[in-house]
Amino acid sequence: MEKKQPDKKVIFKSVKEMPPMPVSLYDVSYNKTGTWRNVRPVINYGKCTYCMICWKFCPEAAITLEPVVIKGKEKPKPVINYDYCKGCGICWTECPVDAIETQEEGK
Amino acid sequence: MRKPMIGNHAVSWGATLSRVQVIAAYPITPQTQVVELLSEICAEKKLDAKFIKVESEHSAMAACIGASAAGARSFTATSAQGLALMHEMLHWASGARTPVVMANINRAMSPPWTIWTDQNDSLSQRDTGWMQVYCQNNQEVLDSVIQAYKVSEKLLLPTMVILDAFVLSHTMEVVDVPDQDKVDKYLPPFKPEYKLDPEDPHAFGGLTGPDGYFELRYEMQEAMEQAKSLWEKTGKEFGEMFGREYGLVETYKADDADFLIISSATIASTARVAVDRLREGGMKIGILRIRVFRPFPVERVREIVSSVKKAMVIDRNISFGASGIFYQEVKAAMYNVSNRPPIFGIVTGLGGRDVGVKDIIQMVEDVDRMDSPRSDIIFKGVRI
Repeated sequence: MEKKQPDKKVIFKSVKEMPPMPVSLYDVSYNKTGTWRNVRPVINYGKCTYCMICWKFCPEAAITLEPVVIKGKEKPKPVINYDYCKGCGICWTECPVDAIETQEEGK
Repeated sequence: MRKPMIGNHAVSWGATLSRVQVIAAYPITPQTQVVELLSEICAEKKLDAKFIKVESEHSAMAACIGASAAGARSFTATSAQGLALMHEMLHWASGARTPVVMANINRAMSPPWTIWTDQNDSLSQRDTGWMQVYCQNNQEVLDSVIQAYKVSEKLLLPTMVILDAFVLSHTMEVVDVPDQDKVDKYLPPFKPEYKLDPEDPHAFGGLTGPDGYFELRYEMQEAMEQAKSLWEKTGKEFGEMFGREYGLVETYKADDADFLIISSATIASTARVAVDRLREGGMKIGILRIRVFRPFPVERVREIVSSVKKAMVIDRNISFGASGIFYQEVKAAMYNVSNRPPIFGIVTGLGGRDVGVKDIIQMVEDVDRMDSPRSDIIFKGVRI
Protein backbone atom coordinates (compact mmCIF):
# COMPACT_ATOMS: atom_id res chain seq x y z
CA MET A 1 0.00 0.00 0.00
CA GLU A 2 1.25 3.46 -0.93
CA LYS A 3 2.06 5.48 2.16
CA LYS A 4 0.97 9.09 2.11
CA GLN A 5 3.42 11.45 3.70
CA PRO A 6 3.55 15.20 3.80
CA ASP A 7 6.63 16.97 2.39
CA LYS A 8 6.70 19.37 5.35
CA LYS A 9 5.25 19.77 8.83
CA VAL A 10 1.46 20.15 8.78
CA ILE A 11 0.06 23.10 10.72
CA PHE A 12 -3.72 23.47 10.76
CA LYS A 13 -4.98 27.03 10.30
CA SER A 14 -8.33 26.30 11.98
CA VAL A 15 -10.11 23.58 13.91
CA LYS A 16 -12.34 23.14 10.85
CA GLU A 17 -9.42 21.51 9.00
CA MET A 18 -8.59 19.22 11.89
CA PRO A 19 -9.86 15.72 12.61
CA PRO A 20 -12.03 15.58 15.75
CA MET A 21 -9.61 13.35 17.59
CA PRO A 22 -5.86 13.31 18.21
CA VAL A 23 -5.03 11.04 15.28
CA SER A 24 -2.04 11.14 12.95
CA LEU A 25 -3.14 11.77 9.38
CA TYR A 26 0.01 10.29 7.92
CA ASP A 27 1.99 7.12 8.38
CA VAL A 28 3.93 7.53 11.61
CA SER A 29 7.19 6.47 9.96
CA TYR A 30 7.28 10.17 9.08
CA ASN A 31 8.26 10.87 12.69
CA LYS A 32 11.91 9.89 12.70
CA THR A 33 13.01 9.46 16.30
CA GLY A 34 16.68 8.66 15.72
CA THR A 35 17.58 12.27 16.46
CA TRP A 36 16.83 11.61 20.14
CA ARG A 37 19.90 9.36 20.34
CA ASN A 38 22.94 10.35 22.42
CA VAL A 39 24.85 7.12 22.02
CA ARG A 40 25.05 5.21 18.75
CA PRO A 41 25.33 1.38 18.81
CA VAL A 42 27.62 0.00 16.09
CA ILE A 43 27.70 -3.71 15.36
CA ASN A 44 31.12 -5.29 15.00
CA TYR A 45 30.35 -7.97 12.43
CA GLY A 46 33.72 -9.58 13.09
CA LYS A 47 32.46 -10.58 16.56
CA CYS A 48 28.72 -11.02 15.77
CA THR A 49 27.51 -14.63 15.99
CA TYR A 50 24.12 -13.88 14.32
CA CYS A 51 22.25 -15.11 17.40
CA MET A 52 19.43 -12.55 16.88
CA ILE A 53 19.30 -11.59 20.57
CA CYS A 54 19.70 -7.86 19.80
CA TRP A 55 16.87 -8.10 17.26
CA LYS A 56 14.62 -9.81 19.83
CA PHE A 57 15.33 -7.28 22.56
CA CYS A 58 15.17 -4.03 20.56
CA PRO A 59 12.05 -2.30 21.97
CA GLU A 60 11.70 -0.05 18.92
CA ALA A 61 12.04 -2.74 16.22
CA ALA A 62 14.94 -0.66 14.93
CA ILE A 63 17.05 -3.75 14.20
CA THR A 64 16.17 -5.71 11.10
CA LEU A 65 17.61 -9.03 9.92
CA GLU A 66 19.08 -9.31 6.45
CA PRO A 67 20.03 -12.74 5.14
CA VAL A 68 23.73 -13.08 4.27
CA VAL A 69 25.66 -16.14 3.15
CA ILE A 70 28.71 -16.95 5.29
CA LYS A 71 30.78 -20.01 4.50
CA GLY A 72 27.97 -21.39 2.35
CA LYS A 73 25.33 -20.97 5.11
CA GLU A 74 22.58 -18.38 5.22
CA LYS A 75 22.73 -16.25 8.40
CA PRO A 76 20.49 -13.46 9.75
CA LYS A 77 22.61 -10.32 9.80
CA PRO A 78 21.33 -7.67 12.25
CA VAL A 79 21.24 -4.14 10.79
CA ILE A 80 20.45 -1.08 12.90
CA ASN A 81 18.04 1.49 11.45
CA TYR A 82 19.46 4.78 12.71
CA ASP A 83 16.30 6.67 11.65
CA TYR A 84 14.54 5.14 14.64
CA CYS A 85 17.22 3.81 17.04
CA LYS A 86 17.06 5.95 20.19
CA GLY A 87 20.28 4.58 21.63
CA CYS A 88 18.59 3.01 24.66
CA GLY A 89 21.45 0.58 25.21
CA ILE A 90 19.43 -2.62 25.50
CA CYS A 91 21.12 -4.23 22.47
CA TRP A 92 24.66 -3.68 23.70
CA THR A 93 23.70 -4.76 27.19
CA GLU A 94 22.09 -7.98 25.99
CA CYS A 95 24.66 -8.95 23.32
CA PRO A 96 26.31 -12.12 24.73
CA VAL A 97 29.61 -11.60 22.88
CA ASP A 98 29.97 -7.81 23.32
CA ALA A 99 29.78 -7.32 19.55
CA ILE A 100 27.91 -4.00 19.81
CA GLU A 101 30.18 -1.06 20.36
CA THR A 102 29.12 2.44 21.35
CA GLN A 103 29.96 5.87 19.95
CA GLU A 104 28.88 9.15 21.42
CA GLU A 105 26.80 11.13 18.92
CA GLY A 106 28.03 14.53 17.77
CA LYS A 107 31.71 13.68 18.27
CA MET B 1 -41.99 -7.16 26.39
CA ARG B 2 -42.64 -5.94 29.91
CA LYS B 3 -40.81 -7.68 32.72
CA PRO B 4 -39.77 -6.92 36.28
CA MET B 5 -36.07 -6.35 36.72
CA ILE B 6 -33.53 -4.69 38.99
CA GLY B 7 -31.78 -1.54 37.76
CA ASN B 8 -28.54 -3.42 37.22
CA HIS B 9 -30.24 -5.85 34.83
CA ALA B 10 -31.85 -2.89 33.06
CA VAL B 11 -28.27 -1.76 32.37
CA SER B 12 -27.34 -5.24 31.06
CA TRP B 13 -30.36 -5.33 28.74
CA GLY B 14 -29.66 -1.80 27.54
CA ALA B 15 -26.12 -2.87 26.59
CA THR B 16 -27.35 -6.12 25.01
CA LEU B 17 -29.96 -4.35 22.89
CA SER B 18 -27.28 -1.85 21.84
CA ARG B 19 -25.34 -4.87 20.47
CA VAL B 20 -22.14 -3.94 22.28
CA GLN B 21 -19.13 -5.75 20.83
CA VAL B 22 -16.62 -5.55 23.68
CA ILE B 23 -17.35 -5.68 27.41
CA ALA B 24 -14.49 -5.30 29.90
CA ALA B 25 -15.26 -5.03 33.59
CA TYR B 26 -14.11 -5.71 37.11
CA PRO B 27 -16.71 -6.57 39.76
CA ILE B 28 -17.59 -4.14 42.54
CA THR B 29 -20.68 -3.89 44.74
CA PRO B 30 -23.28 -2.56 43.82
CA GLN B 31 -22.43 -2.95 40.12
CA THR B 32 -21.83 -6.72 40.10
CA GLN B 33 -25.09 -7.96 38.57
CA VAL B 34 -24.63 -5.71 35.52
CA VAL B 35 -21.67 -7.71 34.27
CA GLU B 36 -22.85 -10.98 35.83
CA LEU B 37 -25.89 -10.99 33.54
CA LEU B 38 -23.87 -9.71 30.58
CA SER B 39 -21.35 -12.54 31.00
CA GLU B 40 -24.23 -15.06 30.96
CA ILE B 41 -25.73 -13.41 27.87
CA CYS B 42 -22.33 -13.63 26.15
CA ALA B 43 -21.79 -17.26 27.26
CA GLU B 44 -25.20 -18.22 25.87
CA LYS B 45 -24.20 -16.52 22.60
CA LYS B 46 -27.26 -14.25 22.72
CA LEU B 47 -24.86 -11.39 22.17
CA ASP B 48 -21.90 -11.53 19.82
CA ALA B 49 -19.48 -9.71 22.11
CA LYS B 50 -16.00 -10.26 23.44
CA PHE B 51 -16.15 -10.38 27.25
CA ILE B 52 -12.78 -9.43 28.75
CA LYS B 53 -12.07 -10.22 32.39
CA VAL B 54 -9.53 -7.69 33.63
CA GLU B 55 -7.50 -7.20 36.80
CA SER B 56 -8.73 -3.70 37.65
CA GLU B 57 -11.09 -0.92 36.62
CA HIS B 58 -8.14 0.98 35.16
CA SER B 59 -7.59 -1.95 32.81
CA ALA B 60 -11.31 -2.27 32.12
CA MET B 61 -11.45 1.27 30.79
CA ALA B 62 -8.16 0.82 28.93
CA ALA B 63 -9.61 -2.23 27.17
CA CYS B 64 -12.76 -0.30 26.28
CA ILE B 65 -10.70 2.56 24.86
CA GLY B 66 -8.61 0.19 22.73
CA ALA B 67 -11.69 -1.62 21.49
CA SER B 68 -13.47 1.62 20.69
CA ALA B 69 -10.41 2.95 18.84
CA ALA B 70 -10.51 -0.24 16.75
CA GLY B 71 -14.13 0.52 15.85
CA ALA B 72 -15.96 -1.72 18.34
CA ARG B 73 -18.90 -0.56 20.44
CA SER B 74 -17.56 -1.04 23.97
CA PHE B 75 -19.12 -1.08 27.41
CA THR B 76 -18.18 -1.27 31.07
CA ALA B 77 -19.78 -0.65 34.45
CA THR B 78 -18.44 0.29 37.86
CA SER B 79 -19.00 2.16 41.14
CA ALA B 80 -17.22 4.42 43.61
CA GLN B 81 -13.59 3.31 44.23
CA GLY B 82 -13.66 1.47 40.90
CA LEU B 83 -14.60 4.66 39.09
CA ALA B 84 -11.92 6.55 40.99
CA LEU B 85 -9.33 3.98 39.89
CA MET B 86 -10.45 4.58 36.29
CA HIS B 87 -9.90 8.31 36.61
CA GLU B 88 -6.80 8.58 34.43
CA MET B 89 -8.37 6.42 31.75
CA LEU B 90 -11.56 8.53 31.80
CA HIS B 91 -9.49 11.47 30.56
CA TRP B 92 -7.98 9.14 27.98
CA ALA B 93 -11.35 7.98 26.65
CA SER B 94 -12.68 11.50 26.18
CA GLY B 95 -9.38 13.01 24.97
CA ALA B 96 -8.96 10.25 22.38
CA ARG B 97 -12.63 10.82 21.46
CA THR B 98 -13.60 7.17 21.92
CA PRO B 99 -17.37 6.94 22.45
CA VAL B 100 -17.30 4.40 25.27
CA VAL B 101 -20.50 4.08 27.30
CA MET B 102 -20.36 2.97 30.91
CA ALA B 103 -22.83 2.57 33.73
CA ASN B 104 -21.85 3.96 37.10
CA ILE B 105 -23.89 2.82 40.05
CA ASN B 106 -23.67 5.79 42.44
CA ARG B 107 -21.97 4.55 45.60
CA ALA B 108 -20.52 6.78 48.30
CA MET B 109 -16.74 7.02 48.44
CA SER B 110 -14.77 5.22 51.15
CA PRO B 111 -13.45 5.38 53.81
CA PRO B 112 -15.31 4.54 55.91
CA TRP B 113 -16.00 1.48 53.80
CA THR B 114 -19.53 1.74 52.47
CA ILE B 115 -21.64 0.49 49.61
CA TRP B 116 -24.71 2.73 49.80
CA THR B 117 -25.60 5.54 47.45
CA ASP B 118 -24.51 9.12 46.98
CA GLN B 119 -23.22 11.05 43.99
CA ASN B 120 -19.71 11.97 45.06
CA ASP B 121 -18.12 9.20 42.96
CA SER B 122 -19.51 10.35 39.61
CA LEU B 123 -19.38 14.07 40.42
CA SER B 124 -15.68 13.72 41.25
CA GLN B 125 -15.30 12.87 37.52
CA ARG B 126 -17.18 15.99 36.43
CA ASP B 127 -14.31 17.54 34.47
CA THR B 128 -13.05 14.43 32.67
CA GLY B 129 -14.94 15.25 29.45
CA TRP B 130 -17.56 12.53 29.92
CA MET B 131 -21.23 13.20 29.43
CA GLN B 132 -23.26 12.27 32.51
CA VAL B 133 -26.89 11.13 32.62
CA TYR B 134 -28.62 10.69 35.99
CA CYS B 135 -31.55 8.26 35.83
CA GLN B 136 -34.67 8.23 37.99
CA ASN B 137 -36.07 4.73 37.31
CA ASN B 138 -35.07 1.39 35.80
CA GLN B 139 -36.88 2.08 32.53
CA GLU B 140 -34.87 5.26 32.06
CA VAL B 141 -31.69 3.30 32.84
CA LEU B 142 -32.29 0.82 30.03
CA ASP B 143 -33.39 3.51 27.57
CA SER B 144 -30.50 5.82 28.46
CA VAL B 145 -27.85 3.20 27.67
CA ILE B 146 -29.25 2.90 24.13
CA GLN B 147 -29.63 6.67 23.73
CA ALA B 148 -26.10 7.21 25.11
CA TYR B 149 -24.54 5.21 22.26
CA LYS B 150 -26.51 7.23 19.73
CA VAL B 151 -25.28 10.55 21.13
CA SER B 152 -21.76 9.40 22.00
CA GLU B 153 -20.97 7.87 18.62
CA LYS B 154 -22.24 10.89 16.72
CA LEU B 155 -20.09 13.31 18.74
CA LEU B 156 -17.21 11.00 19.74
CA LEU B 157 -17.65 11.75 23.42
CA PRO B 158 -18.04 9.03 26.08
CA THR B 159 -21.12 8.82 28.31
CA MET B 160 -21.64 7.70 31.89
CA VAL B 161 -25.18 6.44 32.59
CA ILE B 162 -25.72 6.82 36.32
CA LEU B 163 -28.14 5.13 38.72
CA ASP B 164 -28.48 5.10 42.50
CA ALA B 165 -27.07 2.13 44.40
CA PHE B 166 -29.81 -0.15 45.77
CA VAL B 167 -32.60 2.42 45.32
CA LEU B 168 -32.45 1.47 41.63
CA SER B 169 -29.61 -1.03 41.23
CA HIS B 170 -31.16 -3.75 43.44
CA THR B 171 -34.84 -2.72 43.29
CA MET B 172 -37.27 -4.46 40.95
CA GLU B 173 -39.45 -2.37 38.70
CA VAL B 174 -41.47 -3.28 35.63
CA VAL B 175 -39.40 -2.37 32.58
CA ASP B 176 -40.51 -2.42 28.97
CA VAL B 177 -37.75 -4.16 27.00
CA PRO B 178 -37.92 -2.84 23.43
CA ASP B 179 -37.77 -5.15 20.42
CA GLN B 180 -34.30 -5.69 18.98
CA ASP B 181 -35.49 -4.76 15.46
CA LYS B 182 -36.66 -1.36 16.64
CA VAL B 183 -33.48 -0.71 18.62
CA ASP B 184 -31.46 -1.62 15.51
CA LYS B 185 -33.41 0.99 13.55
CA TYR B 186 -32.81 3.61 16.24
CA LEU B 187 -29.14 2.76 16.76
CA PRO B 188 -27.19 1.91 13.60
CA PRO B 189 -23.80 0.10 13.86
CA PHE B 190 -20.77 2.11 15.03
CA LYS B 191 -18.67 3.20 12.04
CA PRO B 192 -15.96 5.68 13.06
CA GLU B 193 -14.16 7.73 10.43
CA TYR B 194 -10.76 6.97 11.94
CA LYS B 195 -9.94 3.66 13.57
CA LEU B 196 -7.04 1.36 14.41
CA ASP B 197 -6.51 -0.59 11.21
CA PRO B 198 -3.26 -2.34 10.16
CA GLU B 199 -4.17 -1.69 6.50
CA ASP B 200 -4.35 2.06 7.10
CA PRO B 201 -2.13 2.81 10.09
CA HIS B 202 -2.58 5.92 12.22
CA ALA B 203 -1.17 6.87 15.60
CA PHE B 204 -3.76 7.80 18.24
CA GLY B 205 -3.13 10.27 21.05
CA GLY B 206 0.49 10.87 20.06
CA LEU B 207 2.64 13.69 21.36
CA THR B 208 0.95 17.01 20.57
CA GLY B 209 2.63 20.31 21.33
CA PRO B 210 1.18 23.70 22.17
CA ASP B 211 0.45 24.21 18.44
CA GLY B 212 -2.30 21.59 18.39
CA TYR B 213 -3.53 20.63 21.86
CA PHE B 214 -5.63 23.75 22.47
CA GLU B 215 -7.65 23.20 19.27
CA LEU B 216 -8.36 19.59 20.23
CA ARG B 217 -9.73 20.76 23.58
CA TYR B 218 -11.80 23.45 21.83
CA GLU B 219 -13.28 20.69 19.66
CA MET B 220 -14.27 18.74 22.79
CA GLN B 221 -16.10 21.75 24.18
CA GLU B 222 -17.82 22.34 20.81
CA ALA B 223 -18.96 18.70 20.80
CA MET B 224 -20.31 19.16 24.33
CA GLU B 225 -22.29 22.20 23.17
CA GLN B 226 -23.70 20.21 20.22
CA ALA B 227 -24.55 17.41 22.64
CA LYS B 228 -27.21 19.57 24.28
CA SER B 229 -29.44 19.67 21.21
CA LEU B 230 -28.55 16.09 20.29
CA TRP B 231 -29.72 14.71 23.65
CA GLU B 232 -33.02 16.56 23.09
CA LYS B 233 -33.33 15.45 19.43
CA THR B 234 -32.46 11.80 20.02
CA GLY B 235 -34.71 11.82 23.11
CA LYS B 236 -37.65 12.96 20.96
CA GLU B 237 -36.85 10.32 18.33
CA PHE B 238 -36.76 7.76 21.12
CA GLY B 239 -40.23 8.92 22.16
CA GLU B 240 -41.56 8.58 18.61
CA MET B 241 -40.23 5.02 18.30
CA PHE B 242 -40.71 3.67 21.81
CA GLY B 243 -43.30 5.96 23.40
CA ARG B 244 -40.99 7.35 26.08
CA GLU B 245 -39.48 10.77 25.49
CA TYR B 246 -36.33 12.06 27.17
CA GLY B 247 -34.69 15.48 27.35
CA LEU B 248 -31.83 17.21 29.10
CA VAL B 249 -34.16 18.03 31.98
CA GLU B 250 -37.63 16.97 33.05
CA THR B 251 -40.18 19.18 34.77
CA TYR B 252 -43.12 18.23 36.95
CA LYS B 253 -45.92 20.73 37.60
CA ALA B 254 -43.39 23.53 37.05
CA ASP B 255 -45.42 25.59 34.57
CA ASP B 256 -47.32 27.66 37.16
CA ALA B 257 -44.95 27.04 40.08
CA ASP B 258 -43.70 29.73 42.45
CA PHE B 259 -41.48 27.29 44.36
CA LEU B 260 -39.16 25.00 42.41
CA ILE B 261 -37.41 21.89 43.70
CA ILE B 262 -34.30 21.17 41.64
CA SER B 263 -32.77 17.73 41.98
CA SER B 264 -31.56 14.65 40.11
CA ALA B 265 -31.83 10.86 40.09
CA THR B 266 -34.27 9.14 42.50
CA ILE B 267 -34.62 12.07 44.90
CA ALA B 268 -36.30 13.93 42.04
CA SER B 269 -38.79 11.10 41.51
CA THR B 270 -39.55 10.85 45.25
CA ALA B 271 -40.11 14.62 45.21
CA ARG B 272 -43.08 14.17 42.86
CA VAL B 273 -45.09 12.61 45.69
CA ALA B 274 -44.05 15.47 47.99
CA VAL B 275 -45.14 18.02 45.36
CA ASP B 276 -48.54 16.35 44.95
CA ARG B 277 -49.13 16.51 48.72
CA LEU B 278 -47.95 20.12 48.98
CA ARG B 279 -50.20 21.08 46.05
CA GLU B 280 -53.15 19.58 47.93
CA GLY B 281 -52.39 22.21 50.59
CA GLY B 282 -52.51 24.94 47.93
CA MET B 283 -48.79 25.48 47.41
CA LYS B 284 -47.74 26.26 43.83
CA ILE B 285 -44.73 23.97 43.67
CA GLY B 286 -42.97 22.06 40.90
CA ILE B 287 -39.81 20.10 40.10
CA LEU B 288 -36.92 20.54 37.72
CA ARG B 289 -35.04 17.27 37.38
CA ILE B 290 -31.60 17.61 35.84
CA ARG B 291 -31.15 14.43 33.81
CA VAL B 292 -28.08 15.35 31.77
CA PHE B 293 -25.49 16.96 34.05
CA ARG B 294 -22.69 17.14 31.46
CA PRO B 295 -23.16 18.96 29.18
CA PHE B 296 -24.89 21.15 31.77
CA PRO B 297 -28.27 22.31 30.39
CA VAL B 298 -27.62 25.99 31.18
CA GLU B 299 -30.24 27.38 28.78
CA ARG B 300 -33.02 25.08 30.04
CA VAL B 301 -32.13 25.81 33.67
CA ARG B 302 -32.19 29.58 33.06
CA GLU B 303 -35.51 29.42 31.25
CA ILE B 304 -37.23 27.39 34.00
CA VAL B 305 -35.61 28.82 37.13
CA SER B 306 -36.07 32.47 36.09
CA SER B 307 -39.86 31.96 36.07
CA VAL B 308 -40.15 31.01 39.77
CA LYS B 309 -40.01 33.01 43.02
CA LYS B 310 -37.87 30.60 44.98
CA ALA B 311 -35.70 27.62 44.06
CA MET B 312 -34.29 24.86 46.26
CA VAL B 313 -31.60 22.47 45.07
CA ILE B 314 -31.40 19.07 46.78
CA ASP B 315 -27.92 17.55 46.54
CA ARG B 316 -27.01 14.00 47.51
CA ASN B 317 -23.35 14.99 47.27
CA ILE B 318 -20.98 17.56 48.70
CA SER B 319 -17.94 19.43 47.47
CA PHE B 320 -16.03 19.71 50.74
CA GLY B 321 -15.17 23.29 51.52
CA ALA B 322 -17.89 24.57 49.18
CA SER B 323 -21.44 23.18 48.94
CA GLY B 324 -23.69 20.79 47.06
CA ILE B 325 -22.47 20.41 43.48
CA PHE B 326 -25.76 20.74 41.57
CA TYR B 327 -26.38 23.82 43.76
CA GLN B 328 -23.11 25.41 42.59
CA GLU B 329 -23.91 24.63 38.97
CA VAL B 330 -27.45 26.03 39.15
CA LYS B 331 -26.26 29.19 40.93
CA ALA B 332 -23.50 29.68 38.34
CA ALA B 333 -26.01 29.26 35.50
CA MET B 334 -28.33 31.86 37.03
CA TYR B 335 -25.74 34.49 38.00
CA ASN B 336 -26.01 36.58 34.82
CA VAL B 337 -29.80 36.32 34.67
CA SER B 338 -31.36 39.56 35.97
CA ASN B 339 -34.62 38.11 37.29
CA ARG B 340 -33.15 35.23 39.24
CA PRO B 341 -34.90 34.00 42.39
CA PRO B 342 -33.14 33.25 45.68
CA ILE B 343 -31.67 29.74 45.41
CA PHE B 344 -31.29 27.51 48.48
CA GLY B 345 -28.94 24.53 48.68
CA ILE B 346 -29.78 21.39 50.66
CA VAL B 347 -27.23 18.66 51.28
CA THR B 348 -28.85 15.39 52.33
CA GLY B 349 -28.84 11.60 52.05
CA LEU B 350 -25.06 11.10 52.03
CA GLY B 351 -23.93 7.48 52.22
CA GLY B 352 -27.41 6.25 51.31
CA ARG B 353 -29.31 7.76 54.24
CA ASP B 354 -32.93 7.55 53.19
CA VAL B 355 -34.57 10.66 51.74
CA GLY B 356 -38.32 10.16 51.87
CA VAL B 357 -41.42 12.16 50.99
CA LYS B 358 -41.73 13.53 54.53
CA ASP B 359 -38.10 14.70 54.48
CA ILE B 360 -38.63 16.60 51.24
CA ILE B 361 -41.85 18.20 52.54
CA GLN B 362 -39.92 19.27 55.65
CA MET B 363 -37.16 20.83 53.49
CA VAL B 364 -39.73 22.77 51.46
CA GLU B 365 -41.52 24.04 54.59
CA ASP B 366 -38.24 25.16 56.17
CA VAL B 367 -37.03 26.94 53.03
CA ASP B 368 -40.48 28.48 52.48
CA ARG B 369 -40.07 30.35 55.78
CA MET B 370 -36.74 31.91 54.72
CA ASP B 371 -36.41 35.00 52.52
CA SER B 372 -32.85 34.37 51.38
CA PRO B 373 -30.24 31.68 52.03
CA ARG B 374 -28.11 32.39 55.11
CA SER B 375 -25.46 29.87 54.07
CA ASP B 376 -24.52 27.83 51.02
CA ILE B 377 -25.41 24.56 52.73
CA ILE B 378 -28.58 23.68 54.59
CA PHE B 379 -27.93 20.20 56.01
CA LYS B 380 -30.99 17.97 56.28
CA GLY B 381 -31.15 14.63 58.03
CA VAL B 382 -27.77 14.79 59.76
CA ARG B 383 -27.65 14.44 63.55
CA ILE B 384 -25.82 17.57 64.64
